[in-house]
Amino acid sequence: MGRSLKKGPFVDDHLLRKVSVTLRSASKKPIKTWSRRSMIIPDFVGITFLVHNGKTFHAVYITENMVGHRLGEFSPTRIFKRHGTHTEKATAK
Amino acid sequence: MPRILGVEIPAGKRIVAALPYLYGIGPSRAKWLCELAEIDPNLRAKDLTDQQINRFVQLIQENNFVIEGDLRRQIQQDLKRLQAIKCYRGIRHLRGLPTRGQRTSTNARTRKGPRRTVGVVRKKEAKKGKV
Repeated sequence: MGRSLKKGPFVDDHLLRKVSVTLRSASKKPIKTWSRRSMIIPDFVGITFLVHNGKTFHAVYITENMVGHRLGEFSPTRIFKRHGTHTEKATAK
Repeated sequence: MPRILGVEIPAGKRIVAALPYLYGIGPSRAKWLCELAEIDPNLRAKDLTDQQINRFVQLIQENNFVIEGDLRRQIQQDLKRLQAIKCYRGIRHLRGLPTRGQRTSTNARTRKGPRRTVGVVRKKEAKKGKV
């Protein structure tokens, strides 16, 4: 079930604070965040986030059609391994 | 054979069963259309008058049902968008894996297709037991 419209999109308060600081300053420095659950709202467009995936931070540049998704969706937490791609033979090439 | 919206040719089936031959119309929409058009759902498709066919076409257009090619294109565009922004769902679509958190260790055959045996290709000597 979706979220009630009455409540509006969910964004962590600490992230909102960071965003407003960045928006006021001219420099669009990437924002480091652990808040994967926060929804991307239109204000975020044009900002780069460094989204934590449990290990490292993924640089995510927000474009217009990412609005409505959550930050975590763009920072994969699992490594996709395939047979044969990480063997000696493959790495030698 | 009667045609609805140009190319569609449902068979000599009951009209509720024939309408779902249109991509974008399933059993519930078919039933709903029959009710709205006040046409007996048990009528065979071949027995439809031109008037009745036009009534269906009209209803489909009035209700803005996205159908056939338009619907296929819409779905493709949605997928393309997800893949372009590289979100989790888009990546899962690219890899042909389930997108809604199902397990993939077993099952997931609908998305993954027929089983392919994957494994390490052994050297010939190892197979013969020389090593």
